Amino acid sequence: MPEQNNPQNIIMDINNLNLYYGSKQALKDVTLSMAKNKVTAFIGPSGCGKSTLLRCFNRMNDLIDNVRIEGSMRFEEEEINDHQMDIISLRRRIGMVFQQSNPFPKSIYENIVYGLRIAGINDKSVLDETVERSLKNAAIWDEVKDRLHDSALGLSGGQAQRICIARAIAVNPEIILMDEPCSALDPISTLKIEELIDELKQKYTIIIVTHNMQQAARVSDVTAFFYLGELIEAGQTSKIFTNPEKKQTEDYITGRFG
Amino acid sequence: MKRYFKNGEPFVLLTGAALALILIMTITLVAVVMKNGLGYFWPSELVRYELKDGTVALGQLMIQEKNPNTGNQRIQVKVSNRDVLGQDFKWIEVSEISSKNIPKDAVLVERKEYGNYVGFLKNVSADGLVDDSVTDPWERLSKAQKAIAPKLAEIQKTIDSMFSINYKTEQLRLKILKLEYKNRDKNSAAISDLTTERKKLTSEFETLNSKLNEMQSELGKVKAELTDASDGSKEIALTEIVQIMQPNSMSVFAKMGAYAGRVKELLFDDPRESNTEGGLFPAIFGTVMMVMLMSVFSLPFGVIAAVYLREYAKDGLMTRMVRIAVNNLAGVPSIVYGVFGLGFFVYGIGGSLDQLFFPERLPTPTFGTGGILWSSLTMALLTVPVVIIATEESLASIPRGIREGSLALGATKFQTLIKILIPMATPGIMTGLILSMARAAGEVAPLMIVGVVKLAPTLPFDSYFPFFHMDRKFMHLGFHIFDVGFQSPNVEAAKPMVFVTTMLLLAIVIVASSLAIYFRAKMKKRYVTSNF
Repeated sequence: MPEQNNPQNIIMDINNLNLYYGSKQALKDVTLSMAKNKVTAFIGPSGCGKSTLLRCFNRMNDLIDNVRIEGSMRFEEEEINDHQMDIISLRRRIGMVFQQSNPFPKSIYENIVYGLRIAGINDKSVLDETVERSLKNAAIWDEVKDRLHDSALGLSGGQAQRICIARAIAVNPEIILMDEPCSALDPISTLKIEELIDELKQKYTIIIVTHNMQQAARVSDVTAFFYLGELIEAGQTSKIFTNPEKKQTEDYITGRFG
Repeated sequence: MKRYFKNGEPFVLLTGAALALILIMTITLVAVVMKNGLGYFWPSELVRYELKDGTVALGQLMIQEKNPNTGNQRIQVKVSNRDVLGQDFKWIEVSEISSKNIPKDAVLVERKEYGNYVGFLKNVSADGLVDDSVTDPWERLSKAQKAIAPKLAEIQKTIDSMFSINYKTEQLRLKILKLEYKNRDKNSAAISDLTTERKKLTSEFETLNSKLNEMQSELGKVKAELTDASDGSKEIALTEIVQIMQPNSMSVFAKMGAYAGRVKELLFDDPRESNTEGGLFPAIFGTVMMVMLMSVFSLPFGVIAAVYLREYAKDGLMTRMVRIAVNNLAGVPSIVYGVFGLGFFVYGIGGSLDQLFFPERLPTPTFGTGGILWSSLTMALLTVPVVIIATEESLASIPRGIREGSLALGATKFQTLIKILIPMATPGIMTGLILSMARAAGEVAPLMIVGVVKLAPTLPFDSYFPFFHMDRKFMHLGFHIFDVGFQSPNVEAAKPMVFVTTMLLLAIVIVASSLAIYFRAKMKKRYVTSNF
């Protein structure tokens, strides 16, 4: 079961989480904890519930009707699924990058400061500083610094995805959720994003969903394998990929199914 | 052959043919309107026909066709001189014509009343304004015209100040009415003050009026003496003449000048002769203002309704029913909206407003009768489903990722809506607006019962406070077409005006749509979706 972290390092603690879409159960008794400043990768075949779990962290599943969640998810000792939870501030603290890059139809600059503007921050110097910092952190500053006020829709897929990462880190979240961020990108763009993830984990906790096992092996510290809504195995990435405890994990990693 | 059918070739052909048919019909429609409308202002030649029975006709050739009764060729000549001949047009059998020629000195006089006059200019009796040593009638005419110009300006000034006095008098009358209504005894001092003021204005008005009559009768003595083709003589006061020209000796450029002048008259002048002549300015103004007001009402209302339907309402039976109802509303016959507008807006809301704010004026209604406000609201009601449907569709077409991206950054649903969704849906909303504007500009039936009139004495916008007079009735190009074409006492003479009005209405719709399309294209460029 999950690596026994020092309790102070645990940023997200999931206990017996069950999730139902109507009558269909999508997550079964998931218990998992994630450590601060680590990259956790969720792997598993399509439909295994890994994206669903990811979307629980920032309550994205609220957008879908008929979702029922049982069990506890504690983010820094706060219950995420509590009705008292302020979703707005939760989402500000837990950023998200999606499978399809989704820049807004605005300028690059406005895309980055969007999170600040909706939080009511309009001070020009703060915004300028944030844009530069976020773009530098997302390793795209050099590519776009001369056209900050051009539309973000003119960027290539890889650039757009890094803009989305920059947009997510502009509001200084504690966790960044990544839902297959490279699945629509070419190998070079993928490589750039992977390097970026490596950089980002100095400051942020990253949870990444991926289909690509090599990617999980390359970027993550901890890997969790899901199958049919169940967490089969979680542990140090090196251990999961070299010496898995469960047969299902081994079969999946070695490509015998999935 | 079998493969030919299998490939779907004939189907492609069929779709192409259907499109071509629609295109041809549209182009034909526009072409017919243009041909009949554009030619109306061209000062074509005046031809003098001598007939075998000894009579003479002078006029413009309109059409040549086969007489459906006899099978012979016949021509239609616009002989004008309605006051002399009783009608503007004359049919002549081609076989009856013994000779025809184009007299260089024939004149075409556009008059303020009785339509055109064609004949020959003989003299101008100038009432001493022009030296009798000048004998050439054209020179006398131009000198006389110059001499009366300042007097005409003075007359116009007098009329303007009379209008303003009239307006003030009316305001005073309403004020007195109000005071009397409130408390006759308590306000008696104020009432008597106002009454004396009003009397003063009335006497001022009378003075101006008699001055005006004097000036007019004096100017009326300056007359052009003309003879028609059969040597009957006619005197026309210069003040009655809009324009006088000799089309047979005019160069093409001079004719183009005359043409431009008449187009200008059409666009900026008031109508004459029960709308069959003169300009269309009040109708153009009324149409444009009504459509703009309509947009002001229907756009926000439609967008807000669509946002609720698409973004906030739970997708259940109720929402589906509302959606079906909205779709069906777009198909309700427009006259039904007119009747509803009359009952709800005019009598319901307008009547209540009168009861509340203008009870002293009753039984004369202020808002309780048709007006531009009620017309715009009725039209807004008629077009709002179009805006709702267009907005909903464009909201629905925004990818889910964009919404989630915004929400994941901590934006509320409302912020996402205002900052991302509405801007992205704007091109679609504009499409809805274009459709609704085109519909509103062309719709006539409901307007006929909620505020359009044949001839409105004043525009719904003028220099008197509060500038926009929402209670006023107005003129509309679409109604103008109906009125001039089918309600006019002189239908034949009014025919070209119908085409001209149609052309203008088309032009307004096209200009409005083009503007909207231009803005939409500009916005689309900003919100073009991501490409990989």
